[in-house]
Order: sequence, then structure tokens, then C-alpha cells
Amino acid sequence: MKLKYLGTMLTDDYPPFEIPYFQDMVAAGFPSPASDFMENPIDLNQYLVKNGVATFLFRVSGTSMIEALIDDGSLLLVDCSMQAIHNSIVVAKIHGDLVCRRLCLRPKYCLIAENKEYQPIYLDPDMEFEIMGVVTAVIHQFA
Amino acid sequence: MIALVDCDSFYASCERIFRPDLAHKPVVVLSNNDGCVIARSKEAKALDINMGVPWFKVKKRYLAKGGVVFSSNFTLYGDISRRVMAVLKMMSPRTEIYSIDEAFLELSGISKHIGCEKMGITIKSTINKWTKIPVRIGIGPTKTLAKVASYQIKKYNLPSRVLVLNDKHSIEKALKETPIIKVWGVGSRLAKRLAVENVETAWDLSRLPPEYIKQKFSVVLERTLRELNGEQCLEIEDIQPTKKQIMVSRSFAHKVNDLSTLHAIINDFVARAAEKLRSEQQKCSSVSVFIRNSYFRKEEYEYGFNNFILPYPSDDTRDFLKVVNKMLPLMYKSNVQYSKAGVMLSSFSDSSTVQDVVFPELHQKCNSALMKTMDKLNYYGYPVYLASQNAGRFNPIQRKMVSPKYTTNWNDLPLVR
Repeated sequence: MKLKYLGTMLTDDYPPFEIPYFQDMVAAGFPSPASDFMENPIDLNQYLVKNGVATFLFRVSGTSMIEALIDDGSLLLVDCSMQAIHNSIVVAKIHGDLVCRRLCLRPKYCLIAENKEYQPIYLDPDMEFEIMGVVTAVIHQFA
Repeated sequence: MIALVDCDSFYASCERIFRPDLAHKPVVVLSNNDGCVIARSKEAKALDINMGVPWFKVKKRYLAKGGVVFSSNFTLYGDISRRVMAVLKMMSPRTEIYSIDEAFLELSGISKHIGCEKMGITIKSTINKWTKIPVRIGIGPTKTLAKVASYQIKKYNLPSRVLVLNDKHSIEKALKETPIIKVWGVGSRLAKRLAVENVETAWDLSRLPPEYIKQKFSVVLERTLRELNGEQCLEIEDIQPTKKQIMVSRSFAHKVNDLSTLHAIINDFVARAAEKLRSEQQKCSSVSVFIRNSYFRKEEYEYGFNNFILPYPSDDTRDFLKVVNKMLPLMYKSNVQYSKAGVMLSSFSDSSTVQDVVFPELHQKCNSALMKTMDKLNYYGYPVYLASQNAGRFNPIQRKMVSPKYTTNWNDLPLVR
């Protein structure tokens, strides 16, 4: 096949004609009047969990904290990054057990149950004791 | 400055998070299938339980001393590791997750104001408070020196768990105390070759001319040498490189002798490996299989291996099964009691960039929707199998002493009284 050079075509004479292109499909029906007002659905995690990497869930066994509205079978959200203060409800490791109690720093360091049938646990310095984290919420499902 | 954050006896520490009763007891964790010891708390180390020792060899002695044992619970370890790494990422703009329990952190910039040691202590106590995992932190001008610092903490059991090597004197002292085998990237074979050159410690290596090491050994060792002298050669790789291979291998709970059982188990491994491959969005073109009997028994050691290169990269389980089922009968010997098998997928290519095949009709109908559906069903706990798979008829995995999935399963949440 033979080729013949005819010259250069000047493209500048024909500026590109731009056609707008929309990637989304166009619905043929009436557009939803709510579409401009949509927000994200309510997210319980966002409400309940401040610091996810330091939050652990625990299940309550027993009624030692019943008067603080923590019942047998309740779910506890425990944030380990929070500093426990006087009156915080905490999960603590004591005597090889995991317990949920109210921490009292005055007048004496102790862990108090919210149930009259339980004795407070007094903390003395040579006792092996560790606060795992602060209880930030309790979830009790009814149905 | 670079910090190496290393979790102390990571798996054993994970087992202790929700078990305050185990605080001072020896704890060991066994490999998949309860074969070998893969993690030991310091109390277990004190009982001379060595890393990697077959469990049956130490079981009696260990349990008699009141030791506690767990099968591996990688669901738990994976979740705790995710938390530890997430905390580290909050503390430094550049982090490299090096393994399930180690990460490198860039400290320059942050530490200028408060100092490396203080920064290290802050990181250590934050990890410990937030995730309950004890860590040690070695800090140095290079990754290799950060590793040396970490080794020093372990060796001398430093109570602060943080060590900074930044001046000439402290680096020299640390290098002289570090046997060459403990240097990052030096294995036992290399250590033996170096011993011929009278290199016994990290210090000895650092004194040699880099060009000589490059010529006689490798560029890699030359880099190690330069790093030991404080010259940064290895960057923090904060972008995870894509995987180069996927391996699924297990020891069996019971010895397997007949081909059909072996078949079913290996098909199960293939399905698992292919699932991992798809989750990485990769395709592969090389499939390998191995089967072997036990090292620790009297019979002769038998090892069978075979590899097949696919004509086109694939991520379809059925493509892999086809070739594996062709290879297996060729390797199988009827007189061998098999105790371990494995499947490896390699030669990856990103699944979005794979070229189309010239003759697609030769190729099994690339039905990625089927594989996607299978993966989804399996993920949400509705297991589906290909017919040749084991499908729970014969479970090769023995994990008798596995702890609850405390942090990932609603039914396994830890209890508080």
C-alpha cells in the first residue's frame, strides 16, 4: 500500500466542543423532595463509644450493682482510657476476679456495691488491685 | 529517631487481659492444632519451657508445676493487635506494622520537644492502660539500633521497659553486648559464616569495612552494618506492601493415611487460601502443595511437594482444586502416616489489572459472582462448601483449650460480678 503525505491539519481552527457528562443516572419519576435533606441514620456507636480502641464490653453476672440500675445480664461499656475518679463506677481486677463496683476515694479507698447485701471492699496498699476501666454506659435489653 | 514497640509475650498477655486469676501464673499458648509452644509468659520461661518445643514433650512437667495452657485464639490476638496498632497510629504520624506484635514508629519531630525517653514512656503507659498489653520500647537512630535497644531491655529485664540508644558510648556498649545472632536480619546460617570472620557481636560487625561485607556477603548485610553505625538505610514503610504469597498449612489432629481423607482436608486448605487471596483482591498463577509425616516419630521422614503454574492468573477456588487434585495422587504414598499438609498460592497479580485470556472458552467460566457469594455466606456464618471439600466431616484442627472470643463474639463477653 502506498501512502501519500497531504499536509498537516490545523486543529486550532476547530476548538473542542465540550459536552457535559453526568455519571449518575437520571430517574424519570418525580425526584424525592427529601434528597437534599438526608442525614446519616442515628448511630448508637457514635453515641455510646468515645474511644473505640480502649473500649471493652462486659456482661454483668449478679445483682451487686442493682441500685445503680445495673442488673444481672446487663451489658457494660468500659472505657480503659478514662481516669477513674471518686464515685466512678469501674471494672476492677481484685483477688483474681473481675468486679463492677463504685470507686470511693474518700474517706477511705474502697469499692462499694450498690446493693445492701454486699460488703464494701477496702483497698490497702499491699493488696493486688487494678482498675481496668470506667463504666461509661449500661445497656439492658427488655425485649 | 525510630522506636520499636514490641509486645511482651503477646499471645500470653492477651490471654491474661480478662483473666486476673492468671496474673502470676505460667501461661503458654500452643500453635494451631496444639502442636508446639508458640508463646510463653515470663513465669513459663522460668520453668525452662523453650520456644517451639513440641507440647507433648513438656506437657506433664509443665502442668505438674501449675502451668496454664491455651490453644491459640487468633481471633482474640488479632483484635487486640488491631487495638494496639491503632493506639500507636494516634501517637506518631509514621508507623509501620511489622508483625502482629511489633511496630516501628517515627519519633523525630514529636520527641524534639519532650525527649525520646519521655515519649517512649508515654507510649508504653498509654498502650498498657488502654489495651492492657505490656510493651517494651527500644529507641535508636535506625531501625536496626532500635531492635538492638529492644533486645537490651529483654536481656537485662529493664524495669522501665524503655531504652534509648543515642550517644556513641551507649551504642558501643550495647553493640558489644549483643551477640551477632540477635542482630536484626542475621539468621543462624549467616551467623556461622560470620563466625569464620571472627564476628561474634554486633560491635564486631560494625567495625568491618562496608565494601568488604557487600562483596563477601550481601547488600543486605552491608545495610545492617551501616545501620549499626547509625546511618539510616531502612525507612519506615508506612504503606503496607501487598502480600507475595498465601500459605495455609496445618498439622492434623489424627494421622491420615487414606487418599480420600487427605483429599478432603487439602481441598479445605485450598478453599481457605483462595478465600484469603480474594480478600486481598489478588489473582495468582502458581499453586503448590506439600504433605508430610511427623518429624518426631520413628518412621522415616517423608515429604512430598509439587507445584503447578496455571496458564492464566485466577482467584477461582475451582481452578485451584482442579490442579491440586491432579498433583495429590502423584505425591501420595499409601504406606505413610501423614500428619501435616499445606497449600501455597504465589505469583500474584492485582485482580483489576489482569489481562483477559485470548481464548476465554478454554478457561472455566470466570464466575466471580459465585465466589463472592460464597465468601459472603461464609463470612456471615452460613458455611457453604464445594462438594469435594471436607465440610466439617473431618476437622483437622484440634484446639481443645481455646479461650473465649472475648472481644468479638456477643456470646463470649467477659463476665463481671
